[in-house]
Amino acid sequence: MSFHPLMVYDPAHFQKSERATMDEGAAFALTPDRRAKLDDLLTKYPAERKRSAVLAALYLVQEQQGYLTASALRHVAPILDMTPAEVDDVATYYVMFFREKVGTYVLQVCRTLSCALNGAERVTEALSEKLGIKVGETDPSGMFTLLEFECLGACDRAPIVMVNNEHWHEKATPESCAKLVDDIKARGAEALSGCHLWVEKR
Amino acid sequence: MTYEPVLTRYVREPNSFTLDFFLKHQGYDGLKKALAMQPNDVIEMVKASGLRGRGGAGFPTGLKWQFVDKKIEPRYIACNADESEPGTFKDHVLMERNPHLLFEGCLIGCWAIGAKVAYIYIRGEFYHVQKIMEAELAKAYAKGYAGKNVLGSGWDCDIVIHRGAGAYEAGEETALIESLEGKRAQPRIKPPFPAVAGLYNKPTAVNNVETLCNLPAIVINGAKWFADLGPEKNGGPKLFCVSGHVRKPGVYEATMRTTLRELIFDYAGGVRDGHQLKAVIPGGSSVPILLPNQLDVPASFDDVQKAGSMLGSAGIIVMDETTCMVWVARNLLYFYKHESCGKCTPCREGGDWLYKILTRIENGEGEMRDIDLLLSVGGNIAGKTLCAFGDAAATPALTTVKNFRGEFEAHIREGRCTLPADWRSSRAAVGAH
Repeated sequence: MSFHPLMVYDPAHFQKSERATMDEGAAFALTPDRRAKLDDLLTKYPAERKRSAVLAALYLVQEQQGYLTASALRHVAPILDMTPAEVDDVATYYVMFFREKVGTYVLQVCRTLSCALNGAERVTEALSEKLGIKVGETDPSGMFTLLEFECLGACDRAPIVMVNNEHWHEKATPESCAKLVDDIKARGAEALSGCHLWVEKR
Repeated sequence: MTYEPVLTRYVREPNSFTLDFFLKHQGYDGLKKALAMQPNDVIEMVKASGLRGRGGAGFPTGLKWQFVDKKIEPRYIACNADESEPGTFKDHVLMERNPHLLFEGCLIGCWAIGAKVAYIYIRGEFYHVQKIMEAELAKAYAKGYAGKNVLGSGWDCDIVIHRGAGAYEAGEETALIESLEGKRAQPRIKPPFPAVAGLYNKPTAVNNVETLCNLPAIVINGAKWFADLGPEKNGGPKLFCVSGHVRKPGVYEATMRTTLRELIFDYAGGVRDGHQLKAVIPGGSSVPILLPNQLDVPASFDDVQKAGSMLGSAGIIVMDETTCMVWVARNLLYFYKHESCGKCTPCREGGDWLYKILTRIENGEGEMRDIDLLLSVGGNIAGKTLCAFGDAAATPALTTVKNFRGEFEAHIREGRCTLPADWRSSRAAVGAH
């Protein structure tokens, strides 16, 4: 049966929404090595549960072009047996996916209680002042984006700044922020303190 | 009796995370012993040990495993490594410095409930930890500790590390399962519980990292050894995270006989120089505040509950006299309104209301009736949502008003924040952003 005489009943494609809320962006396809990585990840889940790898797929997209776009979601959706709308639903929920262009270095300052008790608000202010941007903005050079983040799980080394969803800088102080920004400009992620638990590095 | 750490004994030593180091210190001995036992005997042993879940709820692990429906195949272990409760950073240490202990725990858990895959759902922010774990897991596979024919037993068991992407709610067990299935991390209606219909609708045991890390020692040393380490029904080693205004914040391993006061003053060195203790959140940001005169209780699940709070995830946040309690509530309500998954209306809308009312009071624009409004809105969130998030979100507002009502009144009377500490933002609190 069909809801409307002109609407063909086709269970395989029924209700497959192409809807995606973010910018269309440039044409997108995963590079062959990233596609191979995704195919390998798919083997970790039951064959009929490919969508389990959606977060991993979105990370690969983000690694490739820095942020997510509608065309990228349309590219990964069929690989995961999902509709673009379903990928969009997931992508817009998780805070580690960027839905617009971000700077080369995304500074993510933890703002939750233990970091705030140790001066995280002042750290954010100092970074904001040094970069000349507000929280959520990217500086004109396109090098830095400043974000506030929720508890990063290292409250004993507060305040914590995470960079690009990955690198850690511990015990940030308002006084050291200007230097930190300059150091990142000069040396990239190497300028960060890293995680103190990695004792081998010291 | 001095306590010798079990879980974190070697974590500060160089290369403690490697397979070689682990094998030199009874590594995978627990797994060998477990594989020589009947799965059901492992469950009975864990039940007898009294091991309680270290994620927050303190539910007996053996019982959780017993509830797993053994008639349905396949079954799964989902390890909750989404450590996100503000003030908690213990699993971080275990995974980064002792990852094989977690792998061993996962394998023992899988053997006990008859699972062939353990998914470790690690929060996306711990990517630096995940990279270490993946490298070590590959070594464990290569040496036959995981994968096909584990230790020549003929039993196959895979461990998969699955990266989350920044969602506090994914720490709730059914939301974690949803996220593992590639959906938004939103909780499911219970029942059915994961033990009956969890991941991919199959029986699943969701266990915290620290919980699973306790298994090898239980199997090696026995249930009695474990139970005897702490007060009745609160046995075993426990990791405590102390942060905030203390001299030596960090992760400390002790038994649950240790009092909260000892953890704060002896282990973490007490409140920072020149300051006095004002309030303590003993179990992660979701639990009620304890006052300085309430700390002489053992830091066990049952004793902290008797004192009027919860041990939760053992994230002890210490605040000194410079801390404005309206500001604390506002800081935490921003967290909860930001992290609410949006599924249940009381939590989605109520969290935001609480935040807005608190912002108003903090900025000196509140009215006296706002205090009762906080209690009313908070009371209408708690207990009215699918998961415990609602209760957690309401708690910071309810507990600060209960213990520090005078501070709220002073803000409103004087039309300003009466405790603007120098470590806080120099600007006025901004509205919802």
